[in-house]
Amino acid sequence: MSFEGHLFLALLEGTVTGFVLALTALGLSLVFGVMRIVNVAHGEFFMLGAVIAWYFSTLPGGFLPALVAAPLLVGAAAFLADRLVLRRLEYKPESTIVATIGLLYIIQQLVLTVYGPYARPVAAPVYFRLDFPWFGYSGYKLVVAGVSAALLGATWLVMSRTTLGLYMRATQQDREMAQAFGVSVDRVYALVFALGAGLAAMAGALVVPIQQAHYLMGLDALLMSFIVVILGGLGSLGGTVAAAFLIGVSDGLVSVFFSPTLAKIVATLLVALVLVLRTGGLFGEEGT
Amino acid sequence: MEHVSEGTRVASEKISRRAAIKAAGALVGAGIVGGVGGFSPAASVSRAAAQPARTPIKIGFQVHRTGIGAVYGRWYERTATAAATLINEMGGIAGRPIQLVPEDDGTDPRRGAEVVEKLAVHHKVDFIYGTLFSHVVIASAPRAGELKIPYFVVSEGYHVASGKLNRYVFQPGITDVRAQVTGISGWLVKNLGKKITMIFPDYAFGYDHRDFLGRAVPALGGTIQARLAIPPTETSFSKYFARVPADTEVLYHVMVGPGVLTFVKEMGEHFGARRPQIFGFIDSLEGVDLASPGLEYLEGTHFWEAFPRYAGGYPTPHERFYRDRVGVNDAGASVRDPKDVSTYSHMFGCWETLFVIKQAVEQSGYRDPTPKDYRALIETLEEVQWFNEGIQHPQGPKKFVGQIHQSFGQQFISKVENRRLKVVHRTKIEDSLYPPEADYRKQPL
Amino acid sequence: MRRPGARAVWALHLAVILLLLGLQVVVPPFHQIMLARIMVLAVYAIGYNVLLGYAGLMSLGHAMLFASGMYATGLTILYFGVGAGAAFGLGVLASAVMATALGLVTLRASRVSFLIVTMMFSQAFYLATLYFNEITMGDQGFIISGQLAPLRAGGREFAFSDPAVKYNLALVVFALCLMLSVWLTRSPIGRVLVGVRENEERTRLLGYNPLSYKLLALIASGTIAGASGSLYTLMFSYVGSSFASILYSIYPLLWTLLGGTGTTLGPLLGTALMTYVVDIASGLTSSYLLLVGATLLILIMWFPAGVMGGIRTRWARWLP
Repeated sequence: MSFEGHLFLALLEGTVTGFVLALTALGLSLVFGVMRIVNVAHGEFFMLGAVIAWYFSTLPGGFLPALVAAPLLVGAAAFLADRLVLRRLEYKPESTIVATIGLLYIIQQLVLTVYGPYARPVAAPVYFRLDFPWFGYSGYKLVVAGVSAALLGATWLVMSRTTLGLYMRATQQDREMAQAFGVSVDRVYALVFALGAGLAAMAGALVVPIQQAHYLMGLDALLMSFIVVILGGLGSLGGTVAAAFLIGVSDGLVSVFFSPTLAKIVATLLVALVLVLRTGGLFGEEGT
Repeated sequence: MEHVSEGTRVASEKISRRAAIKAAGALVGAGIVGGVGGFSPAASVSRAAAQPARTPIKIGFQVHRTGIGAVYGRWYERTATAAATLINEMGGIAGRPIQLVPEDDGTDPRRGAEVVEKLAVHHKVDFIYGTLFSHVVIASAPRAGELKIPYFVVSEGYHVASGKLNRYVFQPGITDVRAQVTGISGWLVKNLGKKITMIFPDYAFGYDHRDFLGRAVPALGGTIQARLAIPPTETSFSKYFARVPADTEVLYHVMVGPGVLTFVKEMGEHFGARRPQIFGFIDSLEGVDLASPGLEYLEGTHFWEAFPRYAGGYPTPHERFYRDRVGVNDAGASVRDPKDVSTYSHMFGCWETLFVIKQAVEQSGYRDPTPKDYRALIETLEEVQWFNEGIQHPQGPKKFVGQIHQSFGQQFISKVENRRLKVVHRTKIEDSLYPPEADYRKQPL
Repeated sequence: MRRPGARAVWALHLAVILLLLGLQVVVPPFHQIMLARIMVLAVYAIGYNVLLGYAGLMSLGHAMLFASGMYATGLTILYFGVGAGAAFGLGVLASAVMATALGLVTLRASRVSFLIVTMMFSQAFYLATLYFNEITMGDQGFIISGQLAPLRAGGREFAFSDPAVKYNLALVVFALCLMLSVWLTRSPIGRVLVGVRENEERTRLLGYNPLSYKLLALIASGTIAGASGSLYTLMFSYVGSSFASILYSIYPLLWTLLGGTGTTLGPLLGTALMTYVVDIASGLTSSYLLLVGATLLILIMWFPAGVMGGIRTRWARWLP
């Protein structure tokens, strides 16, 4: 294949990866930003979305209802987790990390028990192959990119134009002040946690026709989301999308021309360094 | 190995009624019932019969119930259980019933070593058996060696044959990867093409393919055009197909892992109709229905199989008998749930290995887990040259090389036609042989 | 806080060590093996506890330090035929160097960032063990039993395959590390560390540099973790990349939390409890990781002080 072919493929892959990654990481970023906690179980919400989508695809209704049901079901589960676990821990950063590690294993093992160890495929709801001069490409991947873009836009609208968004931004900026102005911070937290999980589940459901559902698929999604969120800055929607693209395209380029494992090592180290060098820590005023 | 007619008679008499009825239906008509217990020397059988208390022979079963190997583990357990049930119906091992003691290792090396300890020291089993994943085998083998307990693996890795493990470790029930690759390389170069690009997982199992196909193909006048290693957690493959050189005649893929359907689909999207010949190892698609959405592109491509998944690929009565006893239908899925596809090219190793243990116990006169009896068993097994085809070895006859504790059997090459695998070639055992590079028999026991 | 004599504290720890010494002749062989493994892994937890319990820093990257000890020991034996003693020394040294490097880079980060950053570095280390598979054999790993010469002491040979040798070797290293951690917590350094944990700003005002104390704690913690990894290799002959994976950063956290963060005997208790629970549970259910998850959740929600922490608050406030 010619150099243009390689480059075009890398960019195309990068764009699709970027959109999916942005959607996956968005929930983590919201939770990071508004609630100031690190949700290690985020990848498992992604996996749950994929598994639920598979389940729906075996029902008469087919795959499409899953795109509504998966985020709702997973969101509800996350809502419960917030009420039963996180709130009782008073959202202390370190305790919530330990608790969400616990949730990670509980979700993963329950899925293994109920759903089994298999990687199960789902037929894409729309399928066509695009034939470029150098290679062919999946049309559904472009559809996924499009839907992700629409969802990112919708989230932005919710954040900037609705009362809920206003409450969320207020809580993010100053929790006590928001409370003083009558925002029910508790309720906002529960909603944000559910919304974050729902977005992850949505991403999982969307990619299942590309990737298949498997009970161990969450860890990679989690690590990639971490990288994106840290690079993009917490709670920043624009930053998350930009970082997702940067990671998506550079991963596409580096792994087309070099070793993909090396690409992952380099990206991980770079992000760790960014985090170290960012003064003030992850949560701004935290750490004093 | 010669059949001992007296032993055959004695052993046949010991088969329980139910087994006899079942086995008879499958076998008598085919005139092969002489294969049942046919290798038992008269001496050991009579001694076993004399043993008053029929204390069970306990066989520790190290199984991947969880972790990345769980799909395989599920079927390994079903196959092992079916084999143990059959052996018990046939009168057990040397007159003693088999008791399987399963223990999950989580497909984790550390837990694997702990499970070996638990089985050997706590459950006091006679032997340990059944491990598949290479890293678990490699971490467990030193413990089995130190605890001096025979350890029979069904892993297909080259680790046993390489001589890196120890004298207590055997792989008598399944051909190793090096032999598989060597066995099919001649057919591959002759029938599909000389310019080969390899895609393989970036871990141990993949390196065996990389190294041994890389050695075999140039010797046959072919070339390896490119070697593409894929990390185990990869979820998108288009970028790798971009690196396949344009003059590639054969794309050789070994892509074990949950991403395989994506791999195939993206392969189809990338190459479309302008594709090279495609040859794969079925390992990636074990437990996966070939009629799954997304696998359409495999139509017309070739696969290595150790044992044909679809009935009729190797039509022997033993194969039919084995298939029925394990509970696999003609399409290679569970009789109870047609969606539950088996790992047919690997799990037969559990069946055959259990019969090897039976043979070794009976021939060596093994009774108790003592150093003396273990020595007799190991030395007896190391002398074995062949395992004959029969219900004990339905996959086919095996040449056993005692120096490296490894069996060599025939391999199959199948073509995907109408979303099923159709056997197009069967290799000879000699095609797979390579000179042994070690000799476990020189190690002290 | 009432401070009883140092004698009681040392006597208690000595008694624990003597108890372990005696147990090997009493318990059945299987439990002897289990206890040997528990002691090796408890060393890892002791190391982890030095950082979490006394400096208040939670790391998710200790697998990298544990595995550094493991790989340094295993690789030098595999490729250079180094003796067991030297290989152990190299393992400890390698993890000390790694801990120093990790500390110099990551301790600038605040507490939560520290957690994420250590995890990232550890993940990069894990990927590197896969990437350099020509040397490390990647996830398949390698064994050293053929290359390892028996220990020689006092004109006698001690083979690593002997269960008694394994047990007593583990006991010696465990006892040393336990005593080191007791000494560390009772020394002035330990008190400054607790000061850093409770109120970093105040410690700074008192004239101490919190950063250098934290670095010291991380180096001590990483070195002990590396000693555990190195000893594990010698005793169980296997090195593989799964020991560098994120799960092995979570395990010492789990053991420490269970036993009691900031207590010297907590790590041993936590490791022993969890190892036995997993072993018994794996005979009953196939999803023992579910148990790991549930334990973590229950501990952090209802028993954040762990078993020893609970005992200390209720009955024995003098426990270190």
